[in-house]
Amino acid sequence: MPRHVAIIERAKGGLYHRPMQDAAGAVVAFEHVTKRYGNADAPAVDDLTFTIRAGEICVLVGPSGSGKTTTMKMVNRLIEPTSGRITIGGRDVMSLPAVQLRRRIGYVIQQVGLFPHLTIGENVAVVPRLLGWKPGRIAERVEELLDLVGLDPATFKDRYPSELSGGERQRVGVARALAADPPVMLMDEPFGAVDPIRRDRLQNEFLRLQEKVRKTIVFVTHDVDEAIKMADRIAILQRGGVLAQYDTPEAILANPASDFVERFVGADRGLKRLSLARVRDLALVEPVTVRAGEPVADARRRLDAAGDLRYALLVDDRERPVGWIDRRDLEHDGKVDPATAVPGPQPVQPETTLRDALSVMLASSVQLGVVVDERDRVLGLVSVDAISEALREPPAREDRTVAAT
Amino acid sequence: MNDEPFIRWDWIVDNLDEIGRRLGEHVLLTVIAVGIGFLISFGLALLIRRYRRLEAPIVGVGGILYSIPSLALFAMLVPITGIQNPLTAEIALVSYTILILLRNILAGFDGVPRDVLEAADGMGFTRTQRLWRVELPIALPVMVAGLRVATVTIVGLVTVTALIGLGGLGYFIVDVGYRRFFLTATIVGSVGAVLLAIFADRGFVLLQRALTPWAARRRAAD
Repeated sequence: MPRHVAIIERAKGGLYHRPMQDAAGAVVAFEHVTKRYGNADAPAVDDLTFTIRAGEICVLVGPSGSGKTTTMKMVNRLIEPTSGRITIGGRDVMSLPAVQLRRRIGYVIQQVGLFPHLTIGENVAVVPRLLGWKPGRIAERVEELLDLVGLDPATFKDRYPSELSGGERQRVGVARALAADPPVMLMDEPFGAVDPIRRDRLQNEFLRLQEKVRKTIVFVTHDVDEAIKMADRIAILQRGGVLAQYDTPEAILANPASDFVERFVGADRGLKRLSLARVRDLALVEPVTVRAGEPVADARRRLDAAGDLRYALLVDDRERPVGWIDRRDLEHDGKVDPATAVPGPQPVQPETTLRDALSVMLASSVQLGVVVDERDRVLGLVSVDAISEALREPPAREDRTVAAT
Repeated sequence: MNDEPFIRWDWIVDNLDEIGRRLGEHVLLTVIAVGIGFLISFGLALLIRRYRRLEAPIVGVGGILYSIPSLALFAMLVPITGIQNPLTAEIALVSYTILILLRNILAGFDGVPRDVLEAADGMGFTRTQRLWRVELPIALPVMVAGLRVATVTIVGLVTVTALIGLGGLGYFIVDVGYRRFFLTATIVGSVGAVLLAIFADRGFVLLQRALTPWAARRRAAD
């Protein structure tokens, strides 16, 4: 399809897009849940009791052998508990046949597990089809979901998974899990297989999505930083499936409940607090932007007027960052030459944690982070100074807790 | 003999009806053998999936059947099921398909990625739905590859059944060509069988592509 047609299609999709009226999350409660494999002496999960509030992201984190995946899989009965009970919205998960239960719970895994023989549209339609929805309703839902996860339905619906990139597949995996509008989603290291920069973007996207859909999410990871970033509440498990601490990321970092938790979250707890705050929590600096071909004199005047900035940010005609131009390269009287631009650090997003932003900025010679929106347009700049300022104060983090209803 | 031409085209023209009839018989013997062989192998494969420890003994028996010389098998079967009985031929032919087909069906199922199975279970497929809607379509290319090899093998083997009075195109090779020293008939039977094998082979390649557009596109993407 020619490019301009695709753009019109996308615009149309946006126009007809109706707000989601999805069911919000349900409370998931573990009551004295124990899992023993075979006749092993030591249980894999030991007398677990905790409650996940409706609409929250609960991250299960722990070393290998801590039973975090087992705990997650007991919610949809891919693994059945030896004793104790799990309820969703007050209802015992054992009260439904396992397959009925699973169709009502979203499931996302690390390798995504898209069906290679089905198109993207058919993949998303899998659970609605199992539930016997009418074709018209399924087609509508598929479009709505692809739109929701940022994939143009017209472009992607009829492709096969093998034609997609890793990040696109992961987004289809999320859309597929949301298809039948389940109150609860299980996510097993969903971003574990992508590189750090794309992982940051996928995490940010997912957090934005979660603000819209407000599902109850059980999220498994072995990465403490990911847990701090994603969680409303973290459940830290230790070897033998014992719950070591269950609390908000802030509380766990401030007051680790045991030596184990303290060791597990790491000696760099101070630094990890950087994972609590987001780029959007900082006051962004307005950049001086220049475009290729504009008179250098104009650019120089604006840069000087802005004060102590040493670099101007070169952007393309869609406001996307291209690179930095040094004040010293703006002395002549010609036009702005894109060839003089030096590449800056990888752009970050408002949802990026300060820790990730800092690590990206330190890797570059120009230590200014460019903050961009979902369409990669420049929103502002973040400096190392602003981050160290934020470190001095207690992390300003908005309350992401959702009132359980 | 000396003034006999290499190929007597007039004989071929005179015997077109007979050639067509024997070709039909050849195709029928092949299709029945591969069809029944596939059903048995598929059943065995499902059994093995459920009881994995049966794999070694079943594949072992298939291997033994496959290694019996066809002549010996006919010699053993004729006293039981009789000469000129298609049943005699099919028992032998089917037993040769089992090993090829069973191995490919198992390889097809084993090739379904674990994450795809886990996703299917997690989304609430029943075992039966998972088998028919997920595993079978994904395993299909490997299974069709097995059908292709089995069919080509059986097209060749059918000619041997001429020894017990059947044989399809093998009739021309054995009964006319060999027993009556008539080269033209040998050529008709041999070339016919080879063409049939090539035709079947190409047919399966096309079938495989038609059944698995997703696999073809992946190849294009690589």
